[in-house]
Amino acid sequence: MITLETIEKLAQLSRLALSDSEKEVFRKEIESILGYVEQIKNAPTSETSPLSPLSNVMREDVNPHETGVFTKDIVGEFPEKEGNYLKVKNIL
Amino acid sequence: MNIDTTNLSIWKAHEHFKRRDFSAVELSKSFLKTIEEKNLRINAYFETYDDVEKQAKRADEMFAAGEGTLLTGIPLAIKDNILIKGRYASAASRILENYTAPYSATASHKLIEKGVVFLGRTNMDEFAMGGSTENSAFGVTRNPHDESRVPGGSSGGSAAAVAMGGALASLGSDTGGSIRQPASFCGCVGLKPTYGRVSRYGLMAMGSSLDVIGPIAKTVDDVKILFEAISGKDSFDSTSLSDDFYTVPKKEKYIIGVPKEALNAEGMDKDVKENFESALKTLASRGFQVKEISLPHIVYSLASYYILMPAEVSSNLARFDGVKYGLHVEGENLLDDYFRTRGEGFGKEVRRRIMLGTYVLSAGYYDAYYNKAQGVRTLIAQNFKDAFASVDAIATPTTPSPAFLLGEKTEDPLSMYLADIFTVTANIVGVPAISLPSGTVIREGKNLPVGLQLMAPHGGEETLFRIGASFLKETHNG
Repeated sequence: MITLETIEKLAQLSRLALSDSEKEVFRKEIESILGYVEQIKNAPTSETSPLSPLSNVMREDVNPHETGVFTKDIVGEFPEKEGNYLKVKNIL
Repeated sequence: MNIDTTNLSIWKAHEHFKRRDFSAVELSKSFLKTIEEKNLRINAYFETYDDVEKQAKRADEMFAAGEGTLLTGIPLAIKDNILIKGRYASAASRILENYTAPYSATASHKLIEKGVVFLGRTNMDEFAMGGSTENSAFGVTRNPHDESRVPGGSSGGSAAAVAMGGALASLGSDTGGSIRQPASFCGCVGLKPTYGRVSRYGLMAMGSSLDVIGPIAKTVDDVKILFEAISGKDSFDSTSLSDDFYTVPKKEKYIIGVPKEALNAEGMDKDVKENFESALKTLASRGFQVKEISLPHIVYSLASYYILMPAEVSSNLARFDGVKYGLHVEGENLLDDYFRTRGEGFGKEVRRRIMLGTYVLSAGYYDAYYNKAQGVRTLIAQNFKDAFASVDAIATPTTPSPAFLLGEKTEDPLSMYLADIFTVTANIVGVPAISLPSGTVIREGKNLPVGLQLMAPHGGEETLFRIGASFLKETHNG
């Protein structure tokens, strides 16, 4: 059973603004989806970890690209900027 | 000049270029003309690029200089979540509506090097989340076989672009069926490669342990040509694999397994099941041995997919905050900026999956959902490993039904998810899978395509191409 409070909590955690009418729709839909995926509880439990055959792949921290080649394009995408700086609101 | 593009394949177009029957400029113009005629109704493309002629001229120059290869001058469409430097890439989302890519995806870069002509970018479900292209923030795409129906998704625009004759082939991405399902709904061939065989660099991340870029085309041969052009190890994607990472023996006569669990799946349309059974007879008549197998845990595939995928979505989409790029909606403070930007920038399906992912990853539910699903993933992978000890490929229908009506499933997300029942497993296990056109079924007087899906062991794309070409009676290079 998913309550409206659960939906509000999830929206809070995931930084999503929801309208009141949306909350009820999401509540019903998420309840129905969780009702379906819950069948996984009937599945047997695996002995081995899914991550066991995997390993980290690192690359040498060498050969950086030339400084500044992407700057213009990336700064161009900033919603707010001052010169080449990204501008954000006061946090404190 | 008028070029009949209906029966054109990559290889045929290449032969025409070599014989100078027509140029790359002329071919791309003829595709642009088709797009101009049909896109208003179908809405497969968001935009055609304004430099198509320039790209095609470069291809013609490559031929003149003797540098033209099989893909030079070939007109392609690209899904809106794969980056090309300097071009818009929005993932069909308001949050990236005017985003210009600062770099190219490895897959698109490799194709540009070979001189392909990218005609334009195609519609999709927002951030590749959906199976109908109805979750696009910029309007639905219609199925060229019946405009009252969906083209499938999430690569619906890429499949519809090929099906309407608006591109020779296209690139899509597949996280749970997003190449194969639209290919099946639109009567195309669609390949989801082995996880890691095509670099994900420059593909907008949805479910990073599941995502892969792949081709959609009219023939198996075209799909193979494109796959071989984009595959390979890439230093920009640590999960990418070299082409010889897996070794799968090439054979003339393959053994094809049919999981009894798939044949007995609930909710499959009667005529789709009959179509599948007749496809199996066709495979047998081509000399393949077809036998029943069991994959006992695939019944849990869809449930584990709809836990693992949203979990990865909720992490991957945390980067869209209205600060660094994309949409910014002004709030009272920085935190409020996040809430408003994400609330207004993401559509319903995306927000639903982010919240679902947040739920299954939260303390108290993590073990019951996320950890359990990872365990089931291992069990399913083991089922496949066991099965591939005695068969070379596994056949299922691509989808339980043909293309559904626009709006038919939009009010019930779970019913939309159930359409992925046969496709998600290949992503969960990481194996390659192809959807092949397998005739049609009739709905409301219209012939609608259905697909046959074949899966092979990791690295077994060549097995899929060989069985696929035989199934479709494609002669090599023809």
